[in-house]
Amino acid sequence: MTKAITVAGLHKSFGRTHALDGLDLEVEAGEVHGFLGPNGAGKSTTIRVLLGLLRADSGAAQVLGRDPWRDAVEVHRRIAYVPGDVTLWRNLSGGEVIDLYGRLRGGLDPARRADLVERFELDPTKKGRTYSKGNRQKVALVAAFASDVDLLILDEPTSGLDPLMEEVFQRCVEEERERGRTILLSSHILSEVEELCDRVSIIRKGRTVETGSLADLRHLTRTSVTAELAGAPNGLAKLPGVHDLDVRGRRVRLQVDTDKLDAVLRSLTDSGVRSLTSTPPTLEELFLRHYQEA
Amino acid sequence: MTSLAGTGTLLRFSLRRDRVMIPVWVAVNALMVLSMPNTLKGLYGTETERADLLQQVATNSSFRALIGPAFGTDLGALTVWRVGVYAGALAAVTALLVVVRHTRDEEESGRQELIASGAVGRRASLTAALLAAAVASGVLGLLVAAGLAGQGATGAVAFGLGLAGVGMVFATLAAIVAQLTESARLARGLTAGLLGAAFVLRAAGDAASTDGSSVWTWVSPLGWLENLRAFAGERWWVLGLFAAAVVAQGAVAYALAGRRDVGMSFLPTRPGPATGGLGTAAALAWRLQRGGVLGWSIGFFLAGAVYGGLTDGVADLVGDNERAREIFERMGGQSGITDAFLASMTGMLGLVAALYVVASVLRLSGEETSGRAEPVLANAVGRLRWAAGHLTIAFGGAVLIMLLAGLGFAVGYGHQVGPVLGACLVQVAGVWVIGGVAVLLFGLLPRAAVAAWGVAGAVLLIGWVGPALDVPQTVLDVSPFGHLPKLPGGSMRWPPVLVLLGLAVVLVAMGLAGLRRRDLTT
Repeated sequence: MTKAITVAGLHKSFGRTHALDGLDLEVEAGEVHGFLGPNGAGKSTTIRVLLGLLRADSGAAQVLGRDPWRDAVEVHRRIAYVPGDVTLWRNLSGGEVIDLYGRLRGGLDPARRADLVERFELDPTKKGRTYSKGNRQKVALVAAFASDVDLLILDEPTSGLDPLMEEVFQRCVEEERERGRTILLSSHILSEVEELCDRVSIIRKGRTVETGSLADLRHLTRTSVTAELAGAPNGLAKLPGVHDLDVRGRRVRLQVDTDKLDAVLRSLTDSGVRSLTSTPPTLEELFLRHYQEA
Repeated sequence: MTSLAGTGTLLRFSLRRDRVMIPVWVAVNALMVLSMPNTLKGLYGTETERADLLQQVATNSSFRALIGPAFGTDLGALTVWRVGVYAGALAAVTALLVVVRHTRDEEESGRQELIASGAVGRRASLTAALLAAAVASGVLGLLVAAGLAGQGATGAVAFGLGLAGVGMVFATLAAIVAQLTESARLARGLTAGLLGAAFVLRAAGDAASTDGSSVWTWVSPLGWLENLRAFAGERWWVLGLFAAAVVAQGAVAYALAGRRDVGMSFLPTRPGPATGGLGTAAALAWRLQRGGVLGWSIGFFLAGAVYGGLTDGVADLVGDNERAREIFERMGGQSGITDAFLASMTGMLGLVAALYVVASVLRLSGEETSGRAEPVLANAVGRLRWAAGHLTIAFGGAVLIMLLAGLGFAVGYGHQVGPVLGACLVQVAGVWVIGGVAVLLFGLLPRAAVAAWGVAGAVLLIGWVGPALDVPQTVLDVSPFGHLPKLPGGSMRWPPVLVLLGLAVVLVAMGLAGLRRRDLTT
């Protein structure tokens, strides 16, 4: 068994809105998989289907080799879930909730729990209503990381965490990966995704638009090139893959599809290069392109 | 007055948010008061009958404790006697709910932060909340004054002002409590507790004295309402007590409100344990519901004891009145006034228990819509197991509170212990059917689950008002409680009880089947 999650052609409608419109997703066992998309793209809906909280209209979903709707309880024994907006019971302390979630999953490691409480600097004696947003997230994160499970499903888990805690979170995810656990991480924080994820899937309007490693995805996007040349540029506009060409005398700015970079550089050196800067696509650009595409 | 900046806008906003809640509470209260002269006219049509009633009230301390002393024999004075305390308590509840909703509730939810960051004064929210309560209390006072004017304009105005006064006393009291606690729920509970204390003080005072002159009566705002003596030689100066209390309490609330941080309180929440022993969905359900179960248990035991204590006196009070006897017998069966009274009181408690079962079942709905159920169900907890914890408490709790009511009767009345206990327990069949309806709605139409309150309310209305209003039998038959045998006194008939229990089981099973099949709402 190498796939932790397989989803094929998932459809789900709420009344007239099609939240999922043929979504595909594959998460290998043991990887950290980034799950990205603009607000309302269907990330949380997908996660709720994977948790058996929603029933898909059509399509197939398997989590740890089982049907998440039919075998919900068996699947959940091996899953820990952190929602993006944790609501707690106002009169239960954070520590009580951590232990409750742990026991409901089938036990948690007390040493690891104590360690996590300390690293996340969580006061477990406070009552649910007195926690801030970030601290409520910590309660769910401690419960998830301290549980002995095979798959962690994290839905924007770090919303409200400060940068120091974000760091602690990233280290925890690394540790989980080293233990061979699989993580599905839905996130908007690009540095987090870049740091942690082996592969990512980008979805939009309920469909998967791209999936692969970050290097693969980078390859699909454009590099920007600025050059000062010895002579006038020649024939750049006709090269395939060149966009937004801007020539001012001997100064050239352009965008080029990364896999067409070779030809552009050759053409530039033909004219004699005085200076050259080439910027690989930033993650932001990469995502903006996928998010905005019509 | 920059500390009041934005009050007008906030008041309009509050009234818009309460555009259903305030009218419903005020209308129910006003209807209760305004229907009373006619009811009393039907029961005690002649001057002699009313004088008899007055005489009996004066000699029966249990009745004075429950309802208060009567000061006159005309319909206006008797209306004030019969419903005054309860209308006052209802006005107080309305006002305290409004005030807490627009002060501590807003702070606890974090919404207040956004409001306070606008061009809004430090005391504007409190002022707007008190004004909203003043609107609710004022409209109630106006409706009552206008509706009772036919019984005598002076008395009507006095009673209307008195009701509005009680409302504002508890509005300002709630304003103080809302400064002290961090949780809106606790603020509501504490203020309601103070209202309960005011009721008990007045009851103690009225039990001790026939004319409301006891010190205990005078320390209770509900006692002021009766001592205003509307329709019976009004003592206008008593209104000064209301005004003084409102001004004093309002001043305290304003002083506190200006001295603390938004969201903070003067009584901070105590920390809880760092580790917990909760390990199952059922344990969680019990932890969430145990406070409610305890409260209902105490309430039902006390109600049983109080009604039990009244039982001996009721035969004297109702004995000579043909129409009142008829009503009791329609509610409670035809076998002597004592049995009829016991049967109608146990039946009434059964109807109230329907409210318990609905509240308890709908905790499931509350957990689901608040998002707290989602992470629980993402653990190795099946939906049925999750629901079973709450439903055991709902349906088992219904048996428990009816049992305790029966024990209360045993303490207060002391005779026919077995039959009265049976009369209480037989109500469970009706309660369970209402609980079943709530489960069905929750399972199949989760967004309409609150409609279960409507069902319980309709059953309550049919059961309480139906017998007095000559409602046709077909309407009475809609309520499951109408089919229960009238115990004690009547004969125990198992078939209808078993049919109702079976119906409850079917409703619960259908609801649970729906829950297994449907999407979780968020």
